[in-house]
Amino acid sequence: MNALITARGITKHFGATKALDGVDLDINAGEVHVLLGENGAGKSTLVKVLAGIHGHDAGTIEGRASLAVIHQELALVPELSVAENLFLNRLPRRFGFVDRAEMRRRAPELLRKVGLNVDPDAKVKDLGIAQQQMIEIARALDKDTSVLILDEPTAVLTDTETDRLLEIMAQLRDNRVGLVFITHHLDEIQRVADRITVLRDGRSVGVLGPRATTQHMIELMVGRPIDEQYPRARQRPGAPLLHIQGLTRRGVFEDVTIEVHAGEVVGIAGLVGAGRTEVARAAFGVDGYDHGTVAVDGKPLPRHNVQAAIKAGLGLVPEDRKGQGLVLTATVGQNLELVTLDDRDEKRLHDIAGKLRIKGRVEQPVKELSGGNQQKVVIGKWLLADPKVLILDEPTRGVDVGAKVEIYELINRMTAQGRAVLLVSSDLPEVIGMSDRVVVMAHGRVAGELPKGATQDQVMALAVQEIPA
Amino acid sequence: MSTISIRKYASENGALAGLLVLALVIALMQPAFLNAQNLLNVGVQAAVIAIMAFGMTFVVVAGGIDLSVGSIAALAAMVGALTAGPVGLLVGALCGLVNGALISYGKLPPFIATLAMLSVARGLTLVFSEGQPHETDELVTFLGSNLAPSLPLPLLLMLAFFGVTGLILTRTNLGRRMYAIGGNEEAAKLSGIDVRRNKLWIYALSGLFAAAAGLVLAGRLGSAGPQAAAGYELDAIAAVVIGGASLSGGVGRATGTLVGALVLAVLRNGLNLLQVPPFWQQVVIGVVIALAALLDSLRRR
Repeated sequence: MNALITARGITKHFGATKALDGVDLDINAGEVHVLLGENGAGKSTLVKVLAGIHGHDAGTIEGRASLAVIHQELALVPELSVAENLFLNRLPRRFGFVDRAEMRRRAPELLRKVGLNVDPDAKVKDLGIAQQQMIEIARALDKDTSVLILDEPTAVLTDTETDRLLEIMAQLRDNRVGLVFITHHLDEIQRVADRITVLRDGRSVGVLGPRATTQHMIELMVGRPIDEQYPRARQRPGAPLLHIQGLTRRGVFEDVTIEVHAGEVVGIAGLVGAGRTEVARAAFGVDGYDHGTVAVDGKPLPRHNVQAAIKAGLGLVPEDRKGQGLVLTATVGQNLELVTLDDRDEKRLHDIAGKLRIKGRVEQPVKELSGGNQQKVVIGKWLLADPKVLILDEPTRGVDVGAKVEIYELINRMTAQGRAVLLVSSDLPEVIGMSDRVVVMAHGRVAGELPKGATQDQVMALAVQEIPA
Repeated sequence: MSTISIRKYASENGALAGLLVLALVIALMQPAFLNAQNLLNVGVQAAVIAIMAFGMTFVVVAGGIDLSVGSIAALAAMVGALTAGPVGLLVGALCGLVNGALISYGKLPPFIATLAMLSVARGLTLVFSEGQPHETDELVTFLGSNLAPSLPLPLLLMLAFFGVTGLILTRTNLGRRMYAIGGNEEAAKLSGIDVRRNKLWIYALSGLFAAAAGLVLAGRLGSAGPQAAAGYELDAIAAVVIGGASLSGGVGRATGTLVGALVLAVLRNGLNLLQVPPFWQQVVIGVVIALAALLDSLRRR
């Protein structure tokens, strides 16, 4: 075989926890090898061991000399040009100074390899995230990289951008590059994978071929059969709990009216930039707005006042877990009590932590938890406050399948207790599967509303429609 | 104790281990260091910086910095000498409130706002004092005195402020909010914490503690000087950092800061006992601060 990297029996401990336990992995030239597993299963640790960022306690790795990792957080310098970033660290030089002519000459050739058509003199910060990713891939290719590891590259991309990336990956495979691809999107796996190594609790629990079914992948990943991906338990809707009426912020969103009743889950779908998050933040009082009203349980809320919104019974789980949801320097318990500091109840805090099945102790630093468990902490701090209406903005982004279902069960439990949920999500199957009604936004306006059982096509048709000004 | 808990203990008390090693080395080179009177002196010398640094701990934990504490201490002492001690405390807290207002409502970076206050407070001290030192009244002088032959009040005050600081940081909502604001201001805001109002109180506390430190200093000297406590803000920041707090916020403890202030005092005292020339003392202190921060950063990796 033409294995580029052969890893055998890789074991790695962090303190008392075993992050990797005897993992074998082969990466061959000309294949896309998917690493699949829930958050915390050991994918990132394995990648870091392969890249030499972490050492390993046992096992052997052969041939890791020409390996490059594209991390989720891009390693580019925003203020420098595309060409400078491409040759960062080994800028061509002439008489001791940077040879710009040489750089401009070589840049287009590299950019072509990843099918990118941008001006080499453009500043990286002016490019989109997908283009930035391609620049980083191009940079890796210039170093004669034979193995390229892509750690959740599609998490930040739109659907078209993802298509583009998958095409490039297929091209690189044809050029005999070995690719390791980490993603939570099973459809992407089915489109590009040649082999799939499934990790669970630090062990490799199976290697699947390209034709593996999603059902099979999920069950291997979580280690138990999953009956239903979207277990929505519908309730009879009660009185209106959240009433957003004619909400307008000039140039951002206009005349948005949404009503959510007790026991109901209302989804907000739409393309990135349709104004969904902006409406959610304005309703919660994080940002201001020009016209309109927001009322919780019949009581109108003052503008731009988070404290008042919380007091009235509103909660928001923001889209950016690490940037807006968590205090990473603090413990699980300190994060859980954030909303309810004035009314602290140790016993309830432990109750909730137990109910959420957060893996990890209350005293543990929250940054040590996996993405799914971190998200459960953010939701948990709101459950402690027991809001009448909880707005969830992309609650399962970057969350593994097992934790996703647990979050859906939490939604069910809230609505069963007569609370209401407003679910903002870019994940179409999720927003359709978990909502009782779906409001579709386009260009800052409500483009339409669909009942339970709408198809993805119906949602997309509304989401892409042009609204006359 | 298992290896893991020993390691955890060591990593949480790196500064304490450093302090003990430092004290041991100095004691070996100059046994007079361990003389009870000398140790009391060290405590008294540490007191002013420690009290100031406790206030700084609140600010640093909340992700900020306060460069104005030295000037506020001088202003408070001067106002205290010209009027009465409690008025000095009030002025200090007011200066802190102004810092807080500039930072939360004026949206100035803490570095800039408190740099401005550093200049304003020092300038006002010079204006009020007309450039002359002024004698302190009985009450303030009492703060710097000994309750009994081996019971200096500054030492007791330092311990009292230490207790209060620990209590505020760990047992009050304001304290819990400091960690949240410093750890992730956005998350704190989205959790319904009124970040701006809390910052007002945090900087006011720092001003109040600085004023208290200024009064203790003046009490010890028996007079408030126009150039008193100049540069003390840097010692206070050093004490907080040696104590393991992170200047990026969210991390820091009262015990750490106390140890940090003691490290600086022990070092100064030791260097004097060892008859190191004062010019060289500055060099050594700088090196120790860098070493402490370096060790801390290595430990966190």
